[in-house]
Amino acid sequence: MPAFTPPPLPSDDKRWKIVNGTMRKNGFARHALIETLHTVQSAFGYLDDDSIRFVALSLRVPLSQAYGVVTFYHYFSLKPPGKHTMTICAGTACYIKGADKLIAAAEKRLGVARGQTTSDGQISLMTARCVGACSRAPVVLCDGAVAGEMAAEPMLEQLERWAVE
Amino acid sequence: MTIEELEQVAKSVCQENDKYDFEVNVCMDLACMSQGADRLRDALEKAAGASGKNILVRRTGCMGPCSSGPLVRVDPEEHLYHHVKADNADAIVASLGGPPVPELQCDLNDHFDRQVRVVLENAGHIDPEKIDDYIGRDGYKALLTALTEMTPNGVIHRITESGLRGRGGGGYPTGLKWGTVAKASGELKYVVCNGDEGDPGAFMDRSVMEGDPHRVIEGMAIAAYAVGASKGFIYVRAEYPVAVSRLTTAIREARRRGLLGNGICNTPFNFDVEIRLGAGAFVCGEETALLASIEGKRGTPRPRPPYPAVSGLFGKPTLINNVETFANIAPIVRNGGKWFANMGSERSKGTKVFALTGKIANTGLVEVPMGIKLREIIEVIGGGVPDGHQFKAVQTGGPSGGCIPAEMLDLGVSYDALMAVGSIMGSGGMIVMDDTSCMVNVAKFFVEFCMTESCGKCIPCRAGTAQMFTLLTRICDGKGTMDDLDLLISLCETIKETSLCGLGMTAPNPVLSTIKYFRNEYIEHIVHKRCPAGVCNIEAPAAVSAEVLA
Repeated sequence: MPAFTPPPLPSDDKRWKIVNGTMRKNGFARHALIETLHTVQSAFGYLDDDSIRFVALSLRVPLSQAYGVVTFYHYFSLKPPGKHTMTICAGTACYIKGADKLIAAAEKRLGVARGQTTSDGQISLMTARCVGACSRAPVVLCDGAVAGEMAAEPMLEQLERWAVE
Repeated sequence: MTIEELEQVAKSVCQENDKYDFEVNVCMDLACMSQGADRLRDALEKAAGASGKNILVRRTGCMGPCSSGPLVRVDPEEHLYHHVKADNADAIVASLGGPPVPELQCDLNDHFDRQVRVVLENAGHIDPEKIDDYIGRDGYKALLTALTEMTPNGVIHRITESGLRGRGGGGYPTGLKWGTVAKASGELKYVVCNGDEGDPGAFMDRSVMEGDPHRVIEGMAIAAYAVGASKGFIYVRAEYPVAVSRLTTAIREARRRGLLGNGICNTPFNFDVEIRLGAGAFVCGEETALLASIEGKRGTPRPRPPYPAVSGLFGKPTLINNVETFANIAPIVRNGGKWFANMGSERSKGTKVFALTGKIANTGLVEVPMGIKLREIIEVIGGGVPDGHQFKAVQTGGPSGGCIPAEMLDLGVSYDALMAVGSIMGSGGMIVMDDTSCMVNVAKFFVEFCMTESCGKCIPCRAGTAQMFTLLTRICDGKGTMDDLDLLISLCETIKETSLCGLGMTAPNPVLSTIKYFRNEYIEHIVHKRCPAGVCNIEAPAAVSAEVLA
C-alpha cells in the first residue's frame, strides 16, 4: 500500500498551518476529527465546505461522517458569525430567572431568531445550553464575556452600541 | 519525584508562605470574575505593594457563596469580605493587622457551619495554576503513597471500604467499577474523566476543574495505578474554556515534576493524561456516547453490555468516572476508607457538592454530608427564598431529575431517597423555584431540552420526547384536555421502559414528578384555562370571542 500523503493546504492562509498542526500532533489519526474541527472553528470562526473537506481528506474520514459529526454537535457552526455575538444562556437557572424574556426582547430588537445573524452581519444572536455561571443567572455572554444578573434594558443598550460599532 | 522530594517541596511552600504576614485570597471563579474580580486583584496587588506590609495576594478558585461576590478572604484572621470592589482594595490592605473593614464583612456563618468540605477542601486556599500550592496542602501525597506503599488491590479495597458511589449521578459503587476494570484482561487500558457537565444549572465540576485541577489529575493517576491503565483522557465541555486552560497548565506542571509520565516516583508505573474537548451534546455525558466522542465520532450511545469496563475506548477496558468522583479519591487514600464511610448516611457515604441556584438568597457552591435534610440546605445554607416569595419546589438531577415539593423538604439527601420520590441525585444541580414558576412550563422546558438533545438513535427517545413536547405545549397554551394528560403519563412510562440510554430513560422524570406533586397546576391549565403562576401565555377565551365579534 502506498504511503498516505495528506492533501495540500487549501490556500496560503497561515491559519491552515495551525489546523495542520493539530492533525500532525495527533498523527493524522481519525479520532482527531473533533479536535481538528475545533481548531478550524477557533481559527476561522466557523466551518465551511472547503474546511470540512480538507479535514476529512487529511484524516481519511469519509465526507459523510465528517459532515455528520459537524451537524451532530451544537458547538460547530456552518455559518460565519456576525461581528459581535450576543449569547443568552438558556440553562435551567437562567430560565427560572427569566432568560426567555431576554431572548424575546433580543429577537424583537434584532429582527432575527435565535441562532441567526442580522442581515448587515453586525450581530449574531445565540443561545447556550448552560455556561456554568448559574449562580449569577440570568447570564449573557457579550462577545464571550460573562455578564450576570442581566436585565433586558442593559442588554438592549449593548445591542444598540453594537449595531453601529 | 519521590516522597522525600514531595515533602521537601511541601516544606518549602510552607516556609515561603510563612514569609508573608498576611494572605489576601481573591476568588477568581467565573461568577466573581464577571463582577470584576480581576480588576480587584490588580488593585489589591498595587495597594499591597505600596503598603510596605508583607502581603501575599493570591487568586483562588470558587469560595462558595457566589451571590456575595466578588469575595476576598484575609488570612490568618479568616475575615471574609463580600461584594468587594476595586475601590475597596486600599481599605482592606490598610486594615491588615487591625480590626476588619466593617462594611465589607460577610456574615454567612450559618451558610458555612453546616458544610463539610472534602472535595472543596482546597477551594479558596490555593492558586489553581500553581502545583506547589497543591503540594503544600498534601497534594500528590496520596498518589505517591499508593505507588510506594500499596498494591493496586489495596487501593481498590480502600475505595470499596469508603463506600464511595459515582458522583455523576448514577451512584454506581466506585470500588466495584474499579475492581471490574482491574480484572479485565488486556495490556492497554484507559482511564477517562467525565467532565462533560451538560446538566444545565450545574457547575460543580467546572469549579473543581478550574479551582483545583491537580486533585482531578491525582485521582485519575491513582485510579490508573489501581486498574492497570497507562493512559487517561479528560473530556471537558468546550463551553468551559477556563477549565480547559487550567487543566492544560496543571497537566504540564505535573509532567514537569515527574508526577505524570514514565516511571512515576521511580516505580514502573507510567501514566499520562490528555484533554479532549466536547462540542456541545448533552448525550455525551452518557459513558458510551462520551467514548464515541473521544474517538472523534458522533456521540451516540450503544447498548451495554459490553460495558466500558470490558470494552470501552478504542475497544479496550476503560474506567470512566465523573470529575467529583476522582476529586474524592486522594482524600480517601490519604485518610482511609473508614474515615470517608463515617460521613454520610447508611447507603450514601461521604459528602456531595451541590450547585445551589434559582430563587434562593445564597446562590453558589455548597458541600454537605450525605443525609442532610433538603430543608437545611435550602433554608439554612441557602438562606431561603428571597423577596417574600413562597418556596414551591426544588429541582435536582437536571433534565433527568424531578421536582420535589415543599412537603418533602425533610427528606435526607441520598441516592436512594431522591430516587424514591421520583427524582435523582444527578450530578448536583439544585434549582430552587418559587411561586412565580409554573410547574407545567418547567416540565415543558426540560422536555424541550431533551428533545433537542436526543441523539436520534432510538425511537422512544427521538419520537417520544417530541410527542411529550407537543402535548405539554398544548397544555401550556390552554388547549389541552384531560385525555392529553392520561396520554402523557402513558407515553412517559413507555419512554422510560424502552429507551436505549439514560437520556431517554430519565427524560420523563420532570414530567412525571410534576404531574405527581403539582397535578392541580395541570388541571388549572386544562380545565380552567389559566396559569396560576402567570407564566404561560393562555389567551382568555372571552377576549378571543370579543376580538372575533369586532
